[in-house]
Amino acid sequence: MARLKLKEHVINREWCKGCGICVHFCPKKVLELDSDEKVVVVRPEDCICCKLCELRCPDLAIEVLSTDDVPAAPASDDDSQDDSNEQ
Amino acid sequence: MAIKDYLRQRYFPHMWCPGCGHGIVLNALIRAVQGMGLDKNDIVMTSGIGCSARISGYVDFHTLHTLHGRALAFATGVKLSKPELTLLVPMGDGDALAIGGNHFIHAARRNIDITAIVMNNRIYGMTGGQFSPLSGIGKKATTAPYTTIDSNFDVVKMAVASGATFVARTTAYHVLEAVDLLQKAISHKGFSVVEILSQCPTHYGRKNKEGDASSMMEFQKSKTGKLGSKALEKDPTLIPRGIFVDDKDASEYCSAYDKIIETAMKGR
Amino acid sequence: MNNNIKFVQGNEACVEGALYAGIDFFAGYPITPSTEIAELLSGRLPEKGGKFIQMEDEIASMCAIIGASLTGHKVMTATSGPGFSLKQEALGYACMAEIPCVIVDVQRGGPSTGNPTHVSQGDINQARWGTHGDHAIIALTASNHQDVFAMTVDAFNLAETYRTPVILLFDEVVGHMREKLVVPEKGDIPLVERLRTSVRKGVDYHPYLPREDGRLPMSDFGAEHRYNVTGLFHDMWGFPSNNPKVVRELLRHIVDKIENNVHSITRYKEHYLEDAQYIMISYGSSARSAVHLARSRRARGEKLGVLELQSIWPFPEDIIREKCAGKRAVIVVEMNMGQVMRHVKAAVDEPERVFLANRIDGKLITPTNIKTLLRVIQGRGV
Repeated sequence: MARLKLKEHVINREWCKGCGICVHFCPKKVLELDSDEKVVVVRPEDCICCKLCELRCPDLAIEVLSTDDVPAAPASDDDSQDDSNEQ
Repeated sequence: MAIKDYLRQRYFPHMWCPGCGHGIVLNALIRAVQGMGLDKNDIVMTSGIGCSARISGYVDFHTLHTLHGRALAFATGVKLSKPELTLLVPMGDGDALAIGGNHFIHAARRNIDITAIVMNNRIYGMTGGQFSPLSGIGKKATTAPYTTIDSNFDVVKMAVASGATFVARTTAYHVLEAVDLLQKAISHKGFSVVEILSQCPTHYGRKNKEGDASSMMEFQKSKTGKLGSKALEKDPTLIPRGIFVDDKDASEYCSAYDKIIETAMKGR
Repeated sequence: MNNNIKFVQGNEACVEGALYAGIDFFAGYPITPSTEIAELLSGRLPEKGGKFIQMEDEIASMCAIIGASLTGHKVMTATSGPGFSLKQEALGYACMAEIPCVIVDVQRGGPSTGNPTHVSQGDINQARWGTHGDHAIIALTASNHQDVFAMTVDAFNLAETYRTPVILLFDEVVGHMREKLVVPEKGDIPLVERLRTSVRKGVDYHPYLPREDGRLPMSDFGAEHRYNVTGLFHDMWGFPSNNPKVVRELLRHIVDKIENNVHSITRYKEHYLEDAQYIMISYGSSARSAVHLARSRRARGEKLGVLELQSIWPFPEDIIREKCAGKRAVIVVEMNMGQVMRHVKAAVDEPERVFLANRIDGKLITPTNIKTLLRVIQGRGV
């Protein structure tokens, strides 16, 4: 799979309710909640464009735009490939 | 077509609480539909009553927000009268299996080509956190201050026993798996059921000290195991995920009725 | 031989009427004394490419016909008292979401399981107020098979005209009795078809914005306009709203579209009314006994007439007031404890002259039963 390169995170602050799911599950700790309890991108350079934040956002408030924006085949969410769960 | 084109954006932000798993189900569902390249005009979504049921207001399909528990009965009328339409029926756990339990098992028995999505958050959220037939024993709810003594249904077993010809389970955490299973369920010709474990941090999570949305999703990650995985083999207490039934040969109801019409017309 | 002349049960006359009106879809659940309607349609509908489905209960049947109506089809369900109780939830939904559909209630004795194989007219008020909340309803009835046919066609026409559920209140005697029916030629009775929107693709369609005449053109599910249908109060797009203005205006609309058209909806028949001194008001099978009595007393010079109601809701107050004016007595003949009688009393100028001739034991009221009351009213003893 060709590595996707980040163009930008499009955050819809109107829609974001600050649940923190994206922050919690981001594998590279790219996101944080700001003082308004809205998601912000703090380490865009670390983003690997797995897009799981976009997929898991209950408010449909995040869009991860990447260079090669075909429907991505992101890193699996399947725990059977997740070592921590296989123990 | 962009993902947002499947939404009625003017009604956003939606009415669900922060961290509600139902939003993730919505997210997965529109991605499934987008991935399949379905025409929005060919899709009818019917829903019942409850937090889950509000999903129908947010999608840009033909949408029918009906009565508590009755979504599948309305959907049956839509589907049989116009079989070329694709029917999506998201339901809550009480909606599908308490007040709507009879409609659920009979829709499954008929094997009518409808996709039922059970958004199982194990609680009645909209009315403020009462236990549901999927809460299980020993849970706290506003109507079970001393904990529940009611056993829960197993949606998958119930669907299988009732004759559903595609039955799957996943969680809000496993969103990619959810997209995949939803696509398989929608493509399946017959009655398909996808149970998606969904978190209600506001009521279920708080009452049962399961923490915020993220911790509840960690639970979905750690307490479930994919069918055929080593994890599930090692720990049978895990809730199994994956495809439990996929019967492509069973007779679908609308097709069977077409044959009735053929016979009846010949007899004239 | 003319194939249009049939010797049938009332339930079969209803089926013939539904087919004449263009029924496409029927969902039902077996219940005495309406079952023949489902049985007959299970055979007849697929012959014309229509659909029949036996659902898991009456609730589901009512829901299924609403779903099928939304795809642009003419739909009906049939039941009796206990099943009619179950349908009330979705009947209210059809009122709120403005879905054309026809519900047949072949009445039997109630409450509860009651007297399943015997006649009653006890569902009059249930037809009006069985579902919760303010709403308006149309209910028609008939006393003979030719009228059962005509009223069934009418029910489909009114359902389409007003985008509303229409109830056909028949009773066990009419449903099961056999008599002659002449099925009219195609075109003899005009049919009202679905009013569809002329709004073109890509233009914002407002499914719940009434036209000036109060009618709401529909768009079929599956067609180019995608919209929301809900039992919640809703805006002109069908999206839920609890805005006080939206709530007030929608409630007014669903009530007014019917109540303000009571004169167009009212159906009745007059029997010997011109010079009548005594007037009987009746409907359904009990009207047959009333008409029989009027005819036989006429032969003896007694001026007795009958106003036969063919529409019960919206209640035809004005016609009743007009026809009862100046009569020595008004006798309401019905097989319940006075469900229509109370409304007649409220409608007429002299309520003290309104009497009830009824029977509530599962047997058809006879001309003799009515005559007994008439003799008391006339001061001629029992």
